[in-house]
Amino acid sequence: MLKINNINKIFNEGTADEKIALDQINLHLNIGDFVTVIGSNGAGKSTMLNMVSGALSPDFGQIMIDGNDVTKLPEFKRSRFIGRVFQDPMSGTAPTMTIEENLAIAYSRNKKRSLKVGVDKQRKEFFLHSLESLHLNLENRLNAKVGLLSGGERQALSLLMATFTKPSILLLDEHTAALDPSRAELITNLTEKLVKKDNLTTLMVTHNMQQALDLGNRLIMMDKGQIILEVEEKEKKNLTIEKLMEEFQRIRGEKFTSDRALLTS
Amino acid sequence: MFSAIFGSVEQGFIYALMALGVYLTFRVLDFPDLTVDGSFVTGAGTAAAMIVLGYHPAIATVVAILAGFLAGCMTGLLHTKGKINPLLSGILMMIALYSINLRIMGFTVENSVGRPNIPLMNSETLFSQFYSWWGSLGIDESINGFLTSLGIQYVPKTWGTVLIVAILIIIIKLVFDWFLKTEVGLAIRATGDNKKMIRSFSANTDILVILGLGLSNALVAFSGALIAQYTKAADIGLGIGMIVIGLASVIIGEAIFGTKTIVRTTLAVIAGAIIYRIVLALALRVEIMDPGDMKLITAVIVIIALILPQYFEKRREKSRKVKRHALRESKRLIKSKESENLA
Repeated sequence: MLKINNINKIFNEGTADEKIALDQINLHLNIGDFVTVIGSNGAGKSTMLNMVSGALSPDFGQIMIDGNDVTKLPEFKRSRFIGRVFQDPMSGTAPTMTIEENLAIAYSRNKKRSLKVGVDKQRKEFFLHSLESLHLNLENRLNAKVGLLSGGERQALSLLMATFTKPSILLLDEHTAALDPSRAELITNLTEKLVKKDNLTTLMVTHNMQQALDLGNRLIMMDKGQIILEVEEKEKKNLTIEKLMEEFQRIRGEKFTSDRALLTS
Repeated sequence: MFSAIFGSVEQGFIYALMALGVYLTFRVLDFPDLTVDGSFVTGAGTAAAMIVLGYHPAIATVVAILAGFLAGCMTGLLHTKGKINPLLSGILMMIALYSINLRIMGFTVENSVGRPNIPLMNSETLFSQFYSWWGSLGIDESINGFLTSLGIQYVPKTWGTVLIVAILIIIIKLVFDWFLKTEVGLAIRATGDNKKMIRSFSANTDILVILGLGLSNALVAFSGALIAQYTKAADIGLGIGMIVIGLASVIIGEAIFGTKTIVRTTLAVIAGAIIYRIVLALALRVEIMDPGDMKLITAVIVIIALILPQYFEKRREKSRKVKRHALRESKRLIKSKESENLA
C-alpha cells in the first residue's frame, strides 16, 4: 500500500532554470493496485517515481508505505521493500558479475548481508527454478557474465530480480522503452505475469499509450507536475487512445503533444 | 644473479599482499586509492616501533594491520561522508599519514616526537623467530647438499622464507576469493560495478566503500609490516610510489594471465607482483643503473605494461578481421559458382 500526500518538488529554485517538477501530488495505491502513469515529457512522471524510491526527496509532503512514513528514509533502506526496474537495461544489473551472483544480490535485498556465501546449493536451485519461468534459456547460463546478455535478456533478469523477493511496491520506469518492439512485448507480457503471480502493488511509467491501457487496473495522466486525470478500474476497461487524447484536450485546452509518446503500440 | 632473482621472488610474495589490496580498490571497487603510499609505511612503522618497544612481532603485525584498516576507513569517510573526489581523498590521507607515520615511529625515542627510520637489525622479527625453528629442521642443508651434488653452484641461503611467504599468500588468496563470494563481498563488487543497481537492492554503498578501502589498506599495511621485518628496517620513504608498484603488479598480472574469474585474477595479481620484482632486479643489474633509478624503472615498466597489451590486442583484432574477411570472400565465391552452375 502506497500513499503519496501533497508532494511538492521544485528544481533549481530561485534561479532562471527554476522548474516546478511536482505540484501538490496526491496518489493512493491499495494493495494489488497496478497503476500506469502517462504524460508528456517533463510532466513529472519519473520525478514522482524517484520520490517513492528515495532517489530524490520532496521539498514538502509525505510518502507512506504499508502505513509507515518513509519520507526521511534513505534510498538504500527503502529499497528493502521497493522493487525497481529502470529504463536503461544497463542500470538494473551488475555487468561484470554472473547471472547467479546478480540474483544472489537481489535475493539478499530484504535480509541482512552476512559472510555467508552468496550462491549456495539451495539458492542455486531456487535461482534455476525462477529463471526457468522466463523461458529465455538463462537457466543454462548461470555462470555467464550479465554484460554478455542482450538488452531484452537483461531487462527480463532485472524484472525477475526486482520481483522475486515480493516487494511491497514495484516501480517500473519506462522499462520497455529502450527495447525493440518484439522484445518490449516480451517484457510487457512478463511484467503482467510476474505482477499477477504475487499480486504486487505496482506503479508503472510509460510513454506507450497502448501499453498503459493494456496493463494495470488504474491509469493516471500527468502534465506539468500535476495529476490531471485519474481513471478507475471500471472506466479503464472501455478506454481507448482516442478517448484519452480527447480528455487531455478537454482538460488542458490544447493538443497532447510529445515526441516520444507512442500513440500506437 | 640467481640470488638476486631468488630474493625478488621472496619479496614478490610479500608485495603481493599489497597488490591484492590495490586490486580490491582499483579494480573491484573502481576507486583509485592513493592512500597506499601512506598506509604501507603505517604498517611498516607500526610493526617496527612496537617490536623495538618490546612487543611480540606477531602482535606488532596485527596492530599494524588494524592501523592500515583505520587509515583506509578514513579515506572512505572523506569520500563518502565528506563528498570529496576519490583521488583527492586518497592524496589527502596519504599526505596526512606522512606526519602520522613519523609520529608512530617517534614513539620509540624519548626526546623527539618524530623519527624517520627504525632499524631492526638486532630485534626479534617474525622471520628471525621462524628461522630459529626452521634452522633446527635442517631442511636447507639437505636440499642444498642435493643441489650441489647435481652440480648447481648457486644455492640460496634458506628455502624457508620463500616457503613461508608462499604459504601465507596462498592462505590470504583463498580467504580473499571466498570473501568476494560472500553476500557482503558480492555487494562490494556490485558497488564498484553499478552503484545505482546495488542501492536499489538495499545496500548502503557508503559503508561498503569504507569497508572495501579499510580491508584494502589493511592488506597494504600487512605487506608493509612484513617488508619491514624482512628487510630489518622501517623507513618513512618506503611507501613512495607504492601505488604505482601495486598497479604495475595488477596490470602485468592481468595482461599475462587474464581476468576470466575472480580466482584466476587474484592469482594473476600475485604472479604480477613477483614478475615485477624479477624484472626490477634484472633491470638493476645493468651496469649503468643505480638503485636511485628504481622509481624511473618502475614507471617505465608500468608504461610498457599499459601500452603493450593494447598493441597486441590491435594486432590480434586485425588478424581476426583478415581471417573473417577471407572466410566471407570464399563463401561468396562458392555461392556465385553455385548460381553459375544453376544457370
